[in-house]
Amino acid sequence: MDHLTEEQFVLYYYGEGDGSAGVREHLDACEACRRGYANLQRVLNIVDAAPVPERAANYGAQVWRKLEPRFKQKLNGRGTRWARWLTPVLWPMRHWAATAAMAGLVIAAFLAGRYYPKPQPSSQMASSAGQVRERILLVAVGDHLERSQMVLVELVNAHPGQSLDISSEQQRAGDLVSENRLYRQTAARTGDASVAGVLDELEPVLLEIANGPARLTPEEVDKLRRRIEGDGILFKVRVVGSTVRHREEKAAAIPGQKSL
Amino acid sequence: MELTDSVAVAQARDGNSGAFRVLVERHSRNLFRLAYRMTGHQEDAEDVVQETFLRAYRQLAKFDDRASFGTWLYRIAANCSLDLIRARKRRSENQESPEEGAPDPMQSLADAAPTPERLALSSEVERRVAGALDDLSEMERAAFVLRHYEGMCIDDIGRTLGVQPNAAKHSVFRAVQKLRRALEPLVST
Repeated sequence: MDHLTEEQFVLYYYGEGDGSAGVREHLDACEACRRGYANLQRVLNIVDAAPVPERAANYGAQVWRKLEPRFKQKLNGRGTRWARWLTPVLWPMRHWAATAAMAGLVIAAFLAGRYYPKPQPSSQMASSAGQVRERILLVAVGDHLERSQMVLVELVNAHPGQSLDISSEQQRAGDLVSENRLYRQTAARTGDASVAGVLDELEPVLLEIANGPARLTPEEVDKLRRRIEGDGILFKVRVVGSTVRHREEKAAAIPGQKSL
Repeated sequence: MELTDSVAVAQARDGNSGAFRVLVERHSRNLFRLAYRMTGHQEDAEDVVQETFLRAYRQLAKFDDRASFGTWLYRIAANCSLDLIRARKRRSENQESPEEGAPDPMQSLADAAPTPERLALSSEVERRVAGALDDLSEMERAAFVLRHYEGMCIDDIGRTLGVQPNAAKHSVFRAVQKLRRALEPLVST
């Protein structure tokens, strides 16, 4: 007599398949299979011993409290890009504080550069001060573009077809948004059209990353990748970043500035 | 009067966050149980519950009213759990692998002769069961959890996990085989 297979045992245990009657009949007649099946039953019964930590009766309310702010944001911004663009209005105070501090520094640097007495041919010191300011700004913008590029590269290189936790990229994009705005304004005022242009295009992308969901479905990952690649923003950031670095090196190579 | 799931879903689709809140409060505990069984970690299970509702909200328009909302949520939660397990696996692959030659704690337990005293130690049994479940592949564990704990039929498991019923069935078989090998010493007479 052929004995029952393990697959038949499993199907029978779970009430799957259409051979239950035959299996029952066999088990009634076969001591070895009856013993084997009893063992399987015992194993599967003790699997139920794996405990699940109990959650309080108000667990659902706790979950809702964590979710509510994110839903409200979604409900308020359903289908509109404007809502996402306007979200910075709701930034926490620490972001505004950091932004204000940085604004102060950049504006001071800009005004100092603009209204500082024009360098006299004989005044090498004054000339050097202007070049130092320009170089500091170039270094800052170069760093900013490099960090933005890293965030974009990480998202573009994510595994296709898999969901993705971008909470770390979100945090960094959130920090980059405020810097981006200041550098863009400064670049626009000083007439640096190429830097101002790329920062202008970069800003909505950073905002979108910072204010979107922390965990992206494969479809959302794909959409974000297409958004970054479609606009060519990564390429532009690379090109302008490299130009800025080149200018920064040239500024550093000016005689008298080598010690900086 | 208590809102039914289908009424709450319809209202949530119209932007009523209160209706969605009803659904969150109603289904969170069951989703936690499923997510915990699939991931084996409380924190991960908490994350899965939240992610499930976020995904569900985004996909609410796609929900077929004729289906059960609870079952639909279960499917999303099962997939969120799988995503999380895979991400965790990727992270752990990048970390240092365990020292070679180090004794496997599960192996040493399996070698120990089962005694009534040991069986009486329910925490020991729980630990062994948890260890055996952790040794399953992500697909085996998902299929087994859905079959054993959630009572889903093989066809539904296949649909939930996005695989053919035959693949789902074999995942359940393999899971049971592995569990049997790991746990039989505890129950054989």
